[in-house]
Amino acid sequence: MRYLPLTPADRAEMLAVIEAPDIDALFKDVPAAARAKDLFDLPLHAGELEVERELSALAGRNRAAGAGPFFCGAGAYRHHVPATVDHIIQRSEFLTSYTPYQPEIAQGTLQVLFEFQTQVAALTGLEVANASMYDGSTACAEAVMMAQRVTRREKAILSGGLHPHYAATTQTIAHAEGMEIVRLPAAVDAEAAVLDVLDAETACVVVQTPNVFGVATDVTRIAEAAHAAGALLIVVTTEAVSFGLLKSPGEMGADIAVAEGQSIGNSLNFGGPYVGLFAAREKLLRQMPGRLCGETVDAEGRRGFVLTLSTREQHIRREKATSNICTNSGLCALAFSIHLSLLGEAGLRQLAELNHARARELKTALTAVPGLEVLTPRFFNEIAVRLPRPAAEVVEACLADGVVAGVPFSRLNPAGGMDEVLLIAATETTTIQDIAALARALTRSLGR
Amino acid sequence: MSMQTVGRPTRPEAVAADASAASLSGGHGLQQDEPLIFELGGWEKTGVDLPAPDADASDLGDLARTTPIGLPGLSEPETVRHYVRLSQKNHAIDLALYPLGSCTMKHNPRLNEKVARLAGFADLHPLQPVSTTQGALELMDRLAHWLKTLTGLPAVALPPKAGAHGELCGLLAIRAAHEAAGHGHRRQVLVPSSAHGTNPATAAFVGYSVTEIAQTADGRVDLADLAAKLGPEVAAIMVTNPNTCGLFERDIIEIARLTHQAGAYFYCDGANFNAIVGRVRPGDLGVDAMHINLHKTFSTPHGGGGPGAGPVVMSQALAPFAPAPWVTHGPDGLSLTEEAVGEAVQAFGRMCAFHGQMGMFVRAYAYMRSHGADGLRQVAEDAVLNANYVKARLSGEMSAAFPDGPCMHEALFDDAWLEGTGVTTLDFAKAMIDEGFHPMTMYFPLVVHGAMLIEPTETESKAELDRFCEALLQLARAAKAGEAERFKAAPRLAPLRRLDETLAARKPRLTWRPDAPTVAPTPLAAE
Repeated sequence: MRYLPLTPADRAEMLAVIEAPDIDALFKDVPAAARAKDLFDLPLHAGELEVERELSALAGRNRAAGAGPFFCGAGAYRHHVPATVDHIIQRSEFLTSYTPYQPEIAQGTLQVLFEFQTQVAALTGLEVANASMYDGSTACAEAVMMAQRVTRREKAILSGGLHPHYAATTQTIAHAEGMEIVRLPAAVDAEAAVLDVLDAETACVVVQTPNVFGVATDVTRIAEAAHAAGALLIVVTTEAVSFGLLKSPGEMGADIAVAEGQSIGNSLNFGGPYVGLFAAREKLLRQMPGRLCGETVDAEGRRGFVLTLSTREQHIRREKATSNICTNSGLCALAFSIHLSLLGEAGLRQLAELNHARARELKTALTAVPGLEVLTPRFFNEIAVRLPRPAAEVVEACLADGVVAGVPFSRLNPAGGMDEVLLIAATETTTIQDIAALARALTRSLGR
Repeated sequence: MSMQTVGRPTRPEAVAADASAASLSGGHGLQQDEPLIFELGGWEKTGVDLPAPDADASDLGDLARTTPIGLPGLSEPETVRHYVRLSQKNHAIDLALYPLGSCTMKHNPRLNEKVARLAGFADLHPLQPVSTTQGALELMDRLAHWLKTLTGLPAVALPPKAGAHGELCGLLAIRAAHEAAGHGHRRQVLVPSSAHGTNPATAAFVGYSVTEIAQTADGRVDLADLAAKLGPEVAAIMVTNPNTCGLFERDIIEIARLTHQAGAYFYCDGANFNAIVGRVRPGDLGVDAMHINLHKTFSTPHGGGGPGAGPVVMSQALAPFAPAPWVTHGPDGLSLTEEAVGEAVQAFGRMCAFHGQMGMFVRAYAYMRSHGADGLRQVAEDAVLNANYVKARLSGEMSAAFPDGPCMHEALFDDAWLEGTGVTTLDFAKAMIDEGFHPMTMYFPLVVHGAMLIEPTETESKAELDRFCEALLQLARAAKAGEAERFKAAPRLAPLRRLDETLAARKPRLTWRPDAPTVAPTPLAAE
C-alpha cells in the first residue's frame, strides 16, 4: 500500500521494542465481541491509475458549468479564478499544516489570516472580522445567535428576500437555542416588510442584499428603525463580488455583516467547501464567534501574529463558549485572500462592473423573450423572472438546447408558491453569445 | 559542458568562528521578512487583466459605493512572492512528523487533490439540474456506502462541514427523536471530563445542560459515576472512543447498555476513528450517532485550519430525523431530497446551504478506494503500532500518563518527569521546534497534568519515528541535566521567538490600520 511506509520487518522490530507478541495484543482493550476477524465487505486497495479512472468516470457523468451557456447563481457563482490562486493554495506549507496553535512556526498562515480579516472588514465596511466561518449560511445562523447574546432578546426577523437555505439553517440552529424566528414569506422586493414585525423584543433583523431574487436594496432606513427599537441589523450577501460596486453593509448601518466568500478565489465545488465572511462593529467584538488572529510582538520585539481572544472559544470556555465552532475555512480563506490581493481595489471594482454590465445585457435580452416578466427592479448580477410555466420544466427544456438557464426558485423553496420564478445570474464568464443562446432557448421553450 | 572553475576557489576557506554574525541588511538568508499586503501593494495596482465593461453602472444610482474600499493590489509576480515567502514560515506535514494528538496529521495523497479538481466535480454548481449531476450524486452515494459499512450503522448525514458541526447535527437529531417520542424534557448531556471542548460547547449550543462524568485512575469512563448520573433528564452521553487519553474504552458495550437502559442516546465523538477503522465498527459497540472527521481518518488536507468535513453516521432510531438533503434512488436515477416534506417530514431541518463539503467527499472517497478494506485495516494497525512504539521508546525518560497496557493511536505523557527541572510542558514543546519538529498537543486532555499528547499516525516511517524519539530523548535528558535555559529561550531557530499572547488579547489589533503605530515598514502612501 503506497501510503504506508512500514515494512513487515519494521513492524516485527517495533513489536519487539513494545514487547507485544503481535498486533492483536495492542487491540486487547477492544471487547472480543466487537473485534472484526475478517475484512469488511468493501473492495481491496487500488492503484492510482484505477482510482483515477473511477473518479474520472464519475466526473464525466456531470455536466461541468463551463461546458456551455450557464446561468445558475442563487448563492454560488461561477467566476474566473486566476491560475496563481490554485497554485499557491497547493503549496505544502499551506495545504498540509494545521490550525496555527504554535505561532512561531505558523506565521505564514497567521499573517494570511490577519490580511484576510483586514480585507473582509474593508469590504463590509465594518471594524472587525473573524478568520472565517464554514460558509455564508452558517455565518448567518451564528450572527443571529450573536445578536441574541448582545441584546439578550429572543426574537429574530428574517426577510422574505433571504436565501431560503440560509433561513432554514438559521431556523434550525435558533430553534434549538429556544429563539423565536419570524420568517417572512418569500417576496421579491419587500425588505421593508421586516419593519412591520419589528418590536422591542426583537434581537435582530436579517436582510440580504442583493437578495435571493437579485434585488439590491439600500437598507439604511431599516438599520435606523432597527436601532431605534434596540435591535441589531444583520446584512447578508451571497455574492461577494458585489462589494466592489455596491454600498457596503457598514456604510448602510449594519451591525453585523455576513457573506458567502465563494465568488472570490473558490470554485463551485457542487456546494462546498466555501468560506463564510463575518464582520461586526468593534464594540461587539467579545461576542463574536470563531477564530480571530491578532497582531503582537515576539520576545525580540518583532511583529508577529497569534490566535487571540480565545477565551470566547470552546477549547477554553467549553459550555460557556460563544459558539461550538472549532475551525475556520482556512484554505478557502487563503484562496479568497490571494484572489483579492491580485484584484486589488481597481481590479475588484472592474470585475464588479463587468458582472453588472453582463447582467444589464442579460436583462435586455430577457425583456425581449415573449411571455417572460422580469421581476427584479435593481440588480447586481442576478435577475428573477416570472415564466408562464413552472420554471423547473423550462430549465429541463432549455437543457435540450445545451443551456443551463438558471435556478428555479422552487428548488430552494418548494412550498414558497413561486414555482414560475426562475433565478438567472450572469458573471464575467458569461459571453454575449451565451446570453443570446439563453434568449433563444427560453423563447423556444416558452413557445412550445 | 562543465562549469568553468579555474580561477575561483572550490573549497571553503578557513574563517574565524565569529565571522558568521548577522547579515548587513538584516536578512536571514533564504528566510525572507515579508510585509503585509497593505504595506506592499498599490491602490491602483492589479494582478488581473480584465476587459472594459460594455455598459456602465449608472442605473444603480444611490446603491453604488461612493467611498474607496481600501484594498491594495499586487501584480502577479509580487503576489506569488508574497505568499511563497509567507508559506516558508509554516511547519507542514510534508516537511516533518507533526505529532499533534487528536488532530491526526497524516500524509495527504496528491491524487486526491488532482481528482477533486476535475471539472466534473470542481466546476459543478450545487443547484444545476440533477440530471446533469448524476456522477456527483453517485459519488456521494458511494461515499455514504463506505462510511456505513465501516461503521456498521445504517444511515449517514453528509452535510456537516466539520467535526463540531457534526456533533451539532448528531445532537439535533437526538433532540428531535426525544421530542417526537414525547421526551422533550430530557435536556441533560453527560460528558467525560477528558472530552474535547467542542462536546460541552455543542451541548450548550442546542440548549442542553452539561454534567461531567468522572474518570477512573486508568483513564476510562467511571462506570459507577455514569450509572449514578444516568437519570430521566439525560438526553444523551457524548463519549470519544478511543478516548482523548488515547485509550479504548474497555467497558464501551456496558456504557452503551446503561445509556440505552436509561432511555438516552449514545453519541460518539469520532475524532479518533482512525485508530480502529477497518477493525472495529462503532455500530457493534452500541453507538447511536458518530461524526467522522474526513480530514482526520480519511486524510483530506487540514489546510491551516479547514475546511474539514464531518458526516454523521446514525442508528435506525435516529435516521428519520437526519437533516436534508440526502441522495435518493429513483426510476430516473439519483435525486436529492432537499426539503423536509413528504417522507422527510421528520428531518430536523438544515445544517447549511447546499449539500455539504463535496470537495472533501471526492478526496475522502479517493483515499478510501486507494486503501480498500485491507489498506484501511492496515491504517489502524500501523497508527496504533507507531503510537505504542513512540510510547515505549520515550517511556525511559518521560512518564506515560497511563503506563499499563497498550495505547491506541496516540501516546499520552504527563509532566511528572519534569518536576524540579524548572522546565514546563510549554517549554519542552517550544524546544521541539528547535529540533525540527512541530510540538505535540499540550495541556490536553485537561485531566492529565501538563499533558503531552503525541499522535504520530500511520504515514510515518520507522526512520522518522526514530529521528523524532532520539530528539525528544535528548531534550528530556537536557531538561533533567539542568539546562533549563535552553528551554526557556526556545524556540531560537524558528522564524520568530515566543510571541506575546497577553499583549495580543489585552489590546486586540485584528486588522491593519494605516494610522496604527507599527514596527514594520512605512504604510503604503495614497497614490
